[in-house]
Amino acid sequence: MIEGLAALYIFMLAGFTGYEIISRVPVILHTPLMSGSNFVHGIVLVGAMIALGIAETPTEQAIGFIAVLLGAGNAVGGYVVTERMLEMFKSSNKEKSEG
Amino acid sequence: MESIIQASYFIVAAIFIIGLKQMSSPVTARRGILWAGAAMVLATLVTFLAPEIIDSETTGTNIILISIAIAIGGGYAWRSGQRVAMTDMPQMIAMYNGMGGGAAAAIAAVELLKATREASHVSEITSSSSTISEVLGADVAILGILGAIIGTISFSGSIIAWAKLDGRLSRSKLLPAQHWVNALVALATVGCAIAIYFSSDLTTIVIFFSLALILGIFITIPVGGADMPVIISLFNALTGLAVGFEGYVLGNAAMIIAGIVVGSAGSLLTHLMAVAMNRSVSNVFFAGVGTNSSSSTETAQGEMKEIQAQDAGILMAFASQVIIIPGYGMAVAQAQHKIWELTQLLNDKSVSVKFAIHPVAGRMPGHMNVLLAEAGVPYDMIYDMEDVNADFKNTTVALVIGANDVVNPSAKTDTSSPLYGMPILDAIDSDNVIVVKRGRGAGFSGVENPLFFSDNTKMLFGDGQKAANDLIQAVKELS
Repeated sequence: MIEGLAALYIFMLAGFTGYEIISRVPVILHTPLMSGSNFVHGIVLVGAMIALGIAETPTEQAIGFIAVLLGAGNAVGGYVVTERMLEMFKSSNKEKSEG
Repeated sequence: MESIIQASYFIVAAIFIIGLKQMSSPVTARRGILWAGAAMVLATLVTFLAPEIIDSETTGTNIILISIAIAIGGGYAWRSGQRVAMTDMPQMIAMYNGMGGGAAAAIAAVELLKATREASHVSEITSSSSTISEVLGADVAILGILGAIIGTISFSGSIIAWAKLDGRLSRSKLLPAQHWVNALVALATVGCAIAIYFSSDLTTIVIFFSLALILGIFITIPVGGADMPVIISLFNALTGLAVGFEGYVLGNAAMIIAGIVVGSAGSLLTHLMAVAMNRSVSNVFFAGVGTNSSSSTETAQGEMKEIQAQDAGILMAFASQVIIIPGYGMAVAQAQHKIWELTQLLNDKSVSVKFAIHPVAGRMPGHMNVLLAEAGVPYDMIYDMEDVNADFKNTTVALVIGANDVVNPSAKTDTSSPLYGMPILDAIDSDNVIVVKRGRGAGFSGVENPLFFSDNTKMLFGDGQKAANDLIQAVKELS
């Protein structure tokens, strides 16, 4: 699995990747991109599922259940909102060619 | 099986990065979110096959519980996400983000509870007390606890941000010496975190999470409404970080990569937003706008000159170029569709029309672009501040609708103004300025706007929707 130094490298590279992605973004996409990155950390759902999977006592199961509930909300809500926003972006050229 | 799951996570992480990259250009943005969505579905499906879930003693019930939780949480979010109006988008993002932070914190809670149980089990056998750091290992324990703090703060803070933007929590209520109280709570939280690391006490864990919850609330409550976007963006970055840390605890590469990418991208985005608003991130936390109202700004002198919609319509119809400066007021009045109709009419009369967007117009950077896009305005008619500012000199009419602080010239001239230093749209440079405004009051920041008293400015008082309608009628009557 991912441990110690290997994880440190992943942390570093992922950090630079995120920085690179954002650094040349037009202002008009800031809100959709924030919403999009909000969706991406919805991957927490996967961790929540595992947490509930390894839960053994009722208390752990209850907390794990909440984790999955919230994680699913993050992933689905983030997707719907971002998709709705981006759906509306179209250029006038495209519009003319379509109509 | 394990290798299939790991390979899937690898693909998921790659698609997330490509998806985010595509989302940073208007042409490919739509494709980006569709791909990322597909990756999320893949990640969720393969996780059902994970050994942690399948090999557990309580597999049956847990799989059922997982499915129910996904159905409820996902179903609720799907409905609310579909229904929310575009103007209310920022608070919904805050809400979903808070849920993510809460999920990360809850993962940490499960891990800590399990570790506590194991520690007491170990002490029973060896009859020497065991600590959480010994059970989990130092690295996992530290990152797990850190993720728990960050996730919890992001959870409660985001909920407060949502409540404020949604108008459920009216004014920023400051406790006496709020900053000292916050510092105290923060210290106590860190103290608890250290205590957890060196012990395995259930009560400490409960107190720890309660304190972190309170801290998130206390941090967010004094923040002014205008600074909310910065806070939401910051919490977005924090949730990413918490997810990354909990990913390490669970040994899940997809979570680590997605979480840290969002953490760093979100931090940069937060910084860009704060710069656009001429605020520093620490400024946002330690001083609310309006609390420093003692700095007396000189009240602008002169008379506001009123104009009727008919005259304004004629002025615009015979202009060579019109630049429209929309603000949040336009969106609240739902006037963007009417404004687009007006734009098309003016285009038919061969008037060049541009939309000028200030970086912080709306409630978030880019929010106004989304609202205009919703009304059907193509994005290549919309200009950023830097690209359009020089053009105001060649403009016959600048139509300011629902915006105020972003065109306030005292940001350039008046050093005592709270807005001083904030970049603005130079509407004042155009031949005529028409300001559509509901009343004579000051803007969101409470600062008086000298533009309204300028010689070339005329005020068109009234609701944005009605004013736009009247302008359309006026232009139509000319043909």
